[in-house]
Amino acid sequence: MTTLKSTVDQKAAEFAANREGMLAKLAELEAEHAKAIAGGGEKYVERHRKRGKLLARERVELLLDPDSPFLELSPLAAWGSSYQVGASVITGIGVVEGVECLVSASDPTVKGGASNPWTTRKGFRAADIAAQNRLPTFHLVESGGADLPTQKEIFIPGGRIFRDLTQSSAAKVPTIALVFGNSTAGGAYLPGMSDYVVMVKERAKVFLGGPPLVKMATGEESDDESLGGAEMHARTSGLADFLAVDELDAIRIGRRIMARLNWRKHGPAPDPDYAEPLCDPEDLLGIVPADLKIPFDPREVIARVVDGSDFDEFKPLYGTSLVTGWARIHGYPVGILANAQGVLFSQESQKAAQFIQLANQIDTPLLFLHNTTGYMVGKDYEQGGIIKHGAQMINAVANSKVPHLSILMGASYGAGNYGMCGRAYDPRFLFVWPSAKSAVMGPQQLAGVLSIVARQAAASRSQAYDEAGDAAMRAMVENQIEAESLPMFLSGMVYDDGIIDPRDTRTVLGICLSVIHNNPVRGADGFGVFRM
Amino acid sequence: MISTVLVANRGEIARRIFRTCRDLGLGTVAVYSDADAEAPHVAEADAAVHLPGNAPGETYLRPDLLIAAAVGAGADAVHPGYGFLSENPDFARAVIEAGLTWIGPPPAAIESMGSKIEAKRLMAVAGVPLMYEVEQPTVDDLPVLIKASAGGGGRGMRVVRSLAELPEQLEAARSEAASAFGDPTVFCEPYLENGRHVEVQVLADRHGTVWTVGERECSIQRRHQKIVEESPSPLVERVSGMRETLFEAAREAARAIGYVGAGTVEFLADEHGLFYFLEMNTRLQVEHPVTECVTGLDLVRLQLSVADGERLPDTPPEPHGHAIEARLYAEVPAEDWRPQSGLLHRFEVPAGTEFTNPPSAGVRLDSGVVSGSAVGVHYDPMLAKVIAWAPSRGAAARSLAGALRRSRIHGVATNQALLVRVLEHPAFLAGDTDTGFFDRHGLVTLAEPLADKDSTALATVAAALADAAENRATARVLGRVPGGWRNVPSVPQVKRFRCGEDEHEVRYRMTRAGAVVEGFENVTVVVAMPETVVLRIGVVRRTFHVARYPGLIHVDSPLGSVALTPVDRFPDPASQVAAGSLLAPMPGTVVRVAVSQGDRVAEGQPLLWLEAMKMEHRINAPVGGVVAELPVAPGDQVEVGRVLVVVKEEQR
Repeated sequence: MTTLKSTVDQKAAEFAANREGMLAKLAELEAEHAKAIAGGGEKYVERHRKRGKLLARERVELLLDPDSPFLELSPLAAWGSSYQVGASVITGIGVVEGVECLVSASDPTVKGGASNPWTTRKGFRAADIAAQNRLPTFHLVESGGADLPTQKEIFIPGGRIFRDLTQSSAAKVPTIALVFGNSTAGGAYLPGMSDYVVMVKERAKVFLGGPPLVKMATGEESDDESLGGAEMHARTSGLADFLAVDELDAIRIGRRIMARLNWRKHGPAPDPDYAEPLCDPEDLLGIVPADLKIPFDPREVIARVVDGSDFDEFKPLYGTSLVTGWARIHGYPVGILANAQGVLFSQESQKAAQFIQLANQIDTPLLFLHNTTGYMVGKDYEQGGIIKHGAQMINAVANSKVPHLSILMGASYGAGNYGMCGRAYDPRFLFVWPSAKSAVMGPQQLAGVLSIVARQAAASRSQAYDEAGDAAMRAMVENQIEAESLPMFLSGMVYDDGIIDPRDTRTVLGICLSVIHNNPVRGADGFGVFRM
Repeated sequence: MISTVLVANRGEIARRIFRTCRDLGLGTVAVYSDADAEAPHVAEADAAVHLPGNAPGETYLRPDLLIAAAVGAGADAVHPGYGFLSENPDFARAVIEAGLTWIGPPPAAIESMGSKIEAKRLMAVAGVPLMYEVEQPTVDDLPVLIKASAGGGGRGMRVVRSLAELPEQLEAARSEAASAFGDPTVFCEPYLENGRHVEVQVLADRHGTVWTVGERECSIQRRHQKIVEESPSPLVERVSGMRETLFEAAREAARAIGYVGAGTVEFLADEHGLFYFLEMNTRLQVEHPVTECVTGLDLVRLQLSVADGERLPDTPPEPHGHAIEARLYAEVPAEDWRPQSGLLHRFEVPAGTEFTNPPSAGVRLDSGVVSGSAVGVHYDPMLAKVIAWAPSRGAAARSLAGALRRSRIHGVATNQALLVRVLEHPAFLAGDTDTGFFDRHGLVTLAEPLADKDSTALATVAAALADAAENRATARVLGRVPGGWRNVPSVPQVKRFRCGEDEHEVRYRMTRAGAVVEGFENVTVVVAMPETVVLRIGVVRRTFHVARYPGLIHVDSPLGSVALTPVDRFPDPASQVAAGSLLAPMPGTVVRVAVSQGDRVAEGQPLLWLEAMKMEHRINAPVGGVVAELPVAPGDQVEVGRVLVVVKEEQR
């Protein structure tokens, strides 16, 4: 046992200010989440209910095991776009009959559950998570199909949905479609490609072409039921494996299907007996300063996330701007890399490269806690080989085969984002605190760089520099970059898997680690050439 | 000297006798029917002999088998307990003829008291006050009570209030008497509406000593069966001089028949202390523990020493304090005392002693069952007797009510609440106990569950939270992640429970500050574990104990026990029962079917009769309509919940 000692002073003014700042951000987050929950709004929710239908979230809740957790993914997808926050679909990881599953439910109150470009993006991310973590998938279908005006962004890439489904099946990871309503045209392949299909009597409608299209194509007179009704599919076409008498019955059957899969996780089981952190996770609200220029000790975070606040630090005296070490979270061993002073120097980069290799030697997942402004710049550092050393770290991260988890606590700028396993480096999961910011560099620096470059350009053309215009440009760029660095914006782009309350970090990581262990954890056998 | 005793009985009385035998260093032999193979009385005996079958006529009423069992197992004495063959002179004789010691009165004494008509004649001669018999009841004699001459324990007894129903009731009483006692003789006597049942415990040795060891009052009765008994009797205490005349009459009665051993002389008394001889029970009574508590005697030990020919001391000990016994039955009092059967998942009564007197004031338990016992349909549904002994009657009533209130009895409905309400009733505490108690104070009210509406609602909350904790504890994955955790909370967790006719829905959210239950804003969850939930309601902390069984949840707290049926989130479409179906209320046998499929029936019309627990239960049409389905026939054994008849309501 190496127990971390906390030096956080909960009574300090600074702590209170940090906490207040974080709570304000959490309140904003809740307001945005509320938009996703509201779906298509009161009118459409009411209309949906009047039809005797369950809301998408109610369907999901009923599908899940009672009292089990549900980690919703990308809840703010489409934030900042012209589409409804949440992108008319709910995706998340839940437990059904004791099995962790990926659940995807279209929200028919939002434009009939039609897919827009963000819906597909969110769906792809969910499918990636399912594929990487060997998660059976439930599709709770009731969708009007593609949002036709944006078909150019959906149609071509959207074909991936069906490929993903059948590839999941090929990998022996079952897919189950519960069809509550429309699933027509291209959408018909969703049940079509699933291993198990349940259709709700008198509600499900699954056909390639509806009566008008059939009439136009062949002149045949037909109706919805004979073309794609649940009874027809259950008794005649055989597309439906089960005919559910109502929505509840469909969910019940879905759960029974899962119960019969005899699902086993392939990864090692967690240590069943572990202690909760000794330090109160509530303190996490007061640890991160509102101003990211002020560094904070990530050990205070680690002490509130890992089992028993027990952390064995590796190379504690070398490259002290990056903390590395071993711990367990919910019984699963992890190696942790956490930025301590923002900047990554050569020592930190080399330390990280070594530590990542060590984790691969012992098949241990890695957790990256981001608060970095990037790799150090400047003559001494360039001459000292900072690019080489940064490249070693990026090489190690990129070629590491153990699962990676990333949490953006604060800054995640520049190549530091890459070295710390940003989105492009395919961490299994990436969650963000409301305090985080991510961009190629800080807004002021970026605006300043543009200003200097413009000034130099003006000078080279011997033109007078427009100082007023420069100031306006800087302000505008700063504002734009600031806005685009913020978590909601990045979450809207589906660059992360969601913004979480820092106090939930341990829970989220615990769920992610459990999910990851559906697969065996195997480190890399080799890396790229480490430039020495 | 007796060395090994066979108890020709079952349940709590067998266990009671074994306890004394063990104390005395005697060997014990049990007998058991098929259904009793796992019963506690069998496990506790040194040896046990199987009596194949279940019906009493095949098992506990078979003298030949019982004597063979005694001989085979090496017993040299037979104790008959109460009921079954305890008052059968032929059995007593057969035991003696087999060279075994009969722990009971001489067969002749049993015989003379066995026929009520004969007993009355003897008592008249001995000068014991008698209730007269009504030969041909007229309107002026009403109400009358029909009794079986060979009866006991209320079997065959019927109150008749109109001459019109007399013939039918006489016939029914005769047939019940014939099947229960093998003798169809019945007689009528005036029915004392608010009579009080007072009885005297006598004990006589073979050397002429006859003790009267206190009286008991057993006026709280249901279907002429005692359910609350006490000693001393409030009536006898109140009427000065009554005890002496009563005891004298009892001794005369015993002497008149040359009685030896323990017996009870029963009297019916009115409010003024006038009393009439009812009958003499030539055996140990169910309610003997109250006498034991106040006298400090072990009546079974004395029975054994009398049987061994020993002398009683000249005078019995003086009684001290007050003892009250309550009989716990597996039954639903408000539904015409409908007997219950099933698995008794848990049976815990907070008693200081079992089958023996508390060393000082306290609670004694004499039970025939333990946690896990099966309550069958073959025998009397009495589960146990709980007895409190205290310096005063009020203290004893409080102590007994408290023990019953805190008893955890799961799996089978009982009269627990009724007993508590009786013991806490002002009329009972005032000593106003007579055989009309339930009629006067309202059985339905008295039988209401102890938990009121608010307490029941809190119990459902506790059940939901305990279930949530259990779900977490048994989760195959993510079991230690906070229960019901959501990063984007929208829909609460919902659990539904049925409590009697009512359905309760508990909606709660697991928050960082603990569970928040909709509609219970003043309730804070202090502890939520699978078996224990502590809630703070305003400023008051209350602990709820939750036990879960298949399809059943029991929530116990001092606010009252609440039995809940969890409602499945997903109704199974296959198990939905057609509207108008009448289901078997208990397992039993269809004895008679009055209608056939397609018959038009009126609301309330009898459709068929089910026999269970030795009682006939009539199934009536709930609505006027047509018999759409009739899947059973006479002789069919049916399980509880089986569809008996489907009546389709007539469209008007």
